[in-house]
Amino acid sequence: MQDEIQPYDLPDERGHFGPYGGIFVAETLMEPLEELKAAYHRYLKDPEFLAELDHDLNHYVGRPSPIYHAERLSRELGGAQIFFKREDLNHTGAHKVNNTVGQALLAKRMGKRRVIAETGAGQHGVATATVAARLGMECVVYMGAVDVQRQALNVFRMKLLGATVIAVESGSRTLKDALNEAMRDWVTNVDDTFYIIGTVAGPHPYPAMVRDFQAVIGREARRQMLEMTGRLPDALVACVGGGSNAIGLFHPFVDDREVAMYGVEAAGDGIETGRHSAPLSAGRPGVLHGNRTYLMEDEDGEIIETHSISAGLDYPGVGPEHAWLKDCGRASYVSATDAEALEAFHILTRSEGIIPALESSHAVAYALKLAPTLSSDKIVLVNLSGRGDKDIHTIATREGIVL
Amino acid sequence: MSRLTSTFQVLRHANRKALIPFITAGDPEPGFTVPVMHAMVEAGADVIELGVPFSDPMADGPVIQKASERALVHHMSLGKTLDLVAEFRRADRTTPIVLMGYLNPVECMGYQRFVDRAKDAGVDGVLTVDMPPEEAGEFVPMLHRAGLDPIFLLAPNSSDARVQRMAALGRGYLYYVSLKGVTGASHLDLAEVESRIAHIRSLTDLPIGVGFGVKNAETAAAIGRFADAVVVGSALVEKIAAAQDRPEQARKDIVDLLAVMRRALDT
Repeated sequence: MQDEIQPYDLPDERGHFGPYGGIFVAETLMEPLEELKAAYHRYLKDPEFLAELDHDLNHYVGRPSPIYHAERLSRELGGAQIFFKREDLNHTGAHKVNNTVGQALLAKRMGKRRVIAETGAGQHGVATATVAARLGMECVVYMGAVDVQRQALNVFRMKLLGATVIAVESGSRTLKDALNEAMRDWVTNVDDTFYIIGTVAGPHPYPAMVRDFQAVIGREARRQMLEMTGRLPDALVACVGGGSNAIGLFHPFVDDREVAMYGVEAAGDGIETGRHSAPLSAGRPGVLHGNRTYLMEDEDGEIIETHSISAGLDYPGVGPEHAWLKDCGRASYVSATDAEALEAFHILTRSEGIIPALESSHAVAYALKLAPTLSSDKIVLVNLSGRGDKDIHTIATREGIVL
Repeated sequence: MSRLTSTFQVLRHANRKALIPFITAGDPEPGFTVPVMHAMVEAGADVIELGVPFSDPMADGPVIQKASERALVHHMSLGKTLDLVAEFRRADRTTPIVLMGYLNPVECMGYQRFVDRAKDAGVDGVLTVDMPPEEAGEFVPMLHRAGLDPIFLLAPNSSDARVQRMAALGRGYLYYVSLKGVTGASHLDLAEVESRIAHIRSLTDLPIGVGFGVKNAETAAAIGRFADAVVVGSALVEKIAAAQDRPEQARKDIVDLLAVMRRALDT
């Protein structure tokens, strides 16, 4: 039986994390969001629902995911011991499926026959198409036309799974525009459609709900670290795009003040170049996609285009709970460039035989910097949020190799 | 009394319905906007809704999305939209102007600075699509104090409690979204809209405008039989899209459509 979802005082009733979060949508979505909030509050306390979720996470996703002590890498770095939470070993290859399994079960309970999703790199789209196939639901995935081009493999996977993939041609034709288009679909088809948002953003209750489904990562990790090492880690490290894998790891540790938490944003070509996806590091608060949070915007409040080698981090906003954790100082937000992430990708692949996703490589890159500054009795736990198979073509192209 | 309130009073006494065209500021380029606003007034517009371009217009259909994109190519912004309103006001002191847009550019400018600038420019109403009353606790009182009218959207699925809340905070008129969907959609059910409007009238005395999906004079006239105002947006913006490089033609097409709608509303 899964642990009961932890009581936590944030967000408040209307979804606020301090000044962040909330519900900023057009009127037509207010009623469906109320309906969703009611279902979320009801089922996340319902033993039958939790038992079914637990069953699916164990037998379909393959949970619990292991913790792995990267002894060789730690030795070579000559500092803290590096441990990985192996979300890359989940069914479909990333942490995204923890959330889609949960939301799809909720959709079923709510009597919805159709699910929609937005996707950037395609991992959330694949994870949604996967659960939709299993539950026999119609599935439509919105994906920016630029991302459809650069993530052709995942587009094909989604189609194999029976999903309809719609290339979004508006705006910058990336993840943010896919989210806009999914919202437009939802507002048009609210009666029979459930919108499965893939990250801890969007209007309330999404940031809290996605966090609660992803917090299985941190609950397991906390227990596993106590079993393996007899104590809690000294630091947690996770990459942050929208921030779902990071919140999933961080949340069960928020009250453990002695555990430092580092969220790693994508610095792209470097924060100083402006070509990055690091709103917490270099943005400012605003309102987008239904919540108030840190954004990348120009001086007029228009959202600007982001850059990262990793499509999954290529997003101009970030979950509102991260904005709050930053402001209150509980978590630190740092960044890694494309070049640093690529270097980390190779180092982990060659030293431990684990090929990480480019998203997760940003977390690895920061861990490579952090570990040598700490003594060898310290423990750094890194969330390896996904595996790198989907990125092989990107890496090859970047290095001038034709496959 | 605000310009919007007095406009609706005059119309009510004359037993006429308001025709409210929507265009996006700076579409297809900034120089097009003010002349077409004057031309729309001459063609029978009672109020003008001026869209503020935004990079992520979540509640808009493809026609108005493209209008935002065309305007943003020319670096149109909230600040420049206010400049256009001020320019319009130099020649027209009576036609109310409602800004319609998304919250982020307003947050970016700062609520108080926006309110002050909008007041100075001669704006009358402010419709912020993605700011429901729950999140408007700071902004709406600022608008009230400045004499600017907050305009709220009502949806087919708004509860009575929500309608009452927005009726209490709203000024000028309430904007009933005729369907579940985005702007410019095409599945309008007139009988359904009529019965909803009748119900909403039992909850508020504010004038009620209807928009989203009003494409032609026939629909405008049908809505005019039970609503106080008809809002037409995408159908006009399509004229701009079709004649982007021929501003005279676009203006003429807009004026012609509005004139036909005006006649249909008045007969």
